[in-house]
Amino acid sequence: MYSVKDPEIPVLSIMDMGVVREVEINDRKVLVRITPTYSGCPAMDMIGAEIKMALEEAGYDTTVELILSPAWTTDWLTENGRQQLEAYGIAAPLEESADKLALMGRSRQVKCPHCGSDHTKMVSQFGSTACKALFRCQDCLEPFDYFKCLK
Amino acid sequence: MKDQIHQYLLLLGDNPLILGHRLSELCGHGPNLETDIALTNISLDLFGQVRHYFQYAVKLQGENKTEDDIAFLRYPHEYKNVLLTEQPNTDFAYVIARQFFFDAYHLPLLEQLMASRDKQIAAIAAKSIKEVKYHLRFSSEWVKRLGDGTGESRQRMQNAVDELWPYTNELFEVTPLEATMQEAGIGADLSLIKTSYIPLVTHVLQEATLAIPEVQFSHSGGKEGVHTEQMGYILAELQYMQRAYPNMSW
Repeated sequence: MYSVKDPEIPVLSIMDMGVVREVEINDRKVLVRITPTYSGCPAMDMIGAEIKMALEEAGYDTTVELILSPAWTTDWLTENGRQQLEAYGIAAPLEESADKLALMGRSRQVKCPHCGSDHTKMVSQFGSTACKALFRCQDCLEPFDYFKCLK
Repeated sequence: MKDQIHQYLLLLGDNPLILGHRLSELCGHGPNLETDIALTNISLDLFGQVRHYFQYAVKLQGENKTEDDIAFLRYPHEYKNVLLTEQPNTDFAYVIARQFFFDAYHLPLLEQLMASRDKQIAAIAAKSIKEVKYHLRFSSEWVKRLGDGTGESRQRMQNAVDELWPYTNELFEVTPLEATMQEAGIGADLSLIKTSYIPLVTHVLQEATLAIPEVQFSHSGGKEGVHTEQMGYILAELQYMQRAYPNMSW
């Protein structure tokens, strides 16, 4: 299942995202329970289909179930996942209090994933997908996505 | 009881459905790129929440129906959204005022539903509330920015607040269905929501240097299926594909 990626962040495995919550294996039958990052995340149907494909290729009869509780949080991103986000050019989520300050435009907390400068500015609280905000680096002038903290 | 929970889920889902549709009309038409993206992101969150409510509703019903049947195949009087959500995108100030009034109600509503005796409703609320916090932050910041902005933006924001204000009281009108659900420990207590709504709205409007309307008159009827003229236009577009090509899917 590590080979299944988030279609909107193609470097990030669903295992590193923390959307896979439970797996029950019964002989050749597998039940996978996944949880959405955001309610309206259009990638969930795709992720479900890709899990099914990957496991059925490996010879398992697979059912994927969507669960809502407990609700997903950015705390479930693994360390490996955070590093991959940064390498891909998306700033990883900060802690909740720092995140709030950063999204209110009150503090220089979000580091540019391209040049490492903390001289960055929020352009929009909402970015290219539901889980991201849009920032711009004031030093290297590159725009970049910031993965919002969700708790 | 099962049937009443089903009806309550439609009541909960229809507000985000119709408001989400209104916001989706702005896709590609926002005043600038960032607000365009923000409004359609909010729309997407709302549609996601609707899907959870309606998926649960069809599961309870136990018939061979889907969430799409609920969203696309009802008649106007079967929709239970409040009149506020169906009001048009007159200008950006209206969009923001409508969103702010709804968000200020939506957040405390979800806070209460998180404690619902119905576990699935509680789970949907716990999921949605994280998104709605962002919505409220966005809409209240814009109320302040426009209200405390230029003469023109202030006038427009005030017009929007004055015009939409009479639609806000309906949020707190208790229908027999809501009373039953509250008694059963499943639904929210609307009077409690009002106690956090009023100070929040007052505070934001004051910070925005806007006058708080003094009108007593209020429009209502949406929760009982009596809608404004706007609803027909919304459904004509919302339902077009399913009506023209029954059972079509992606």
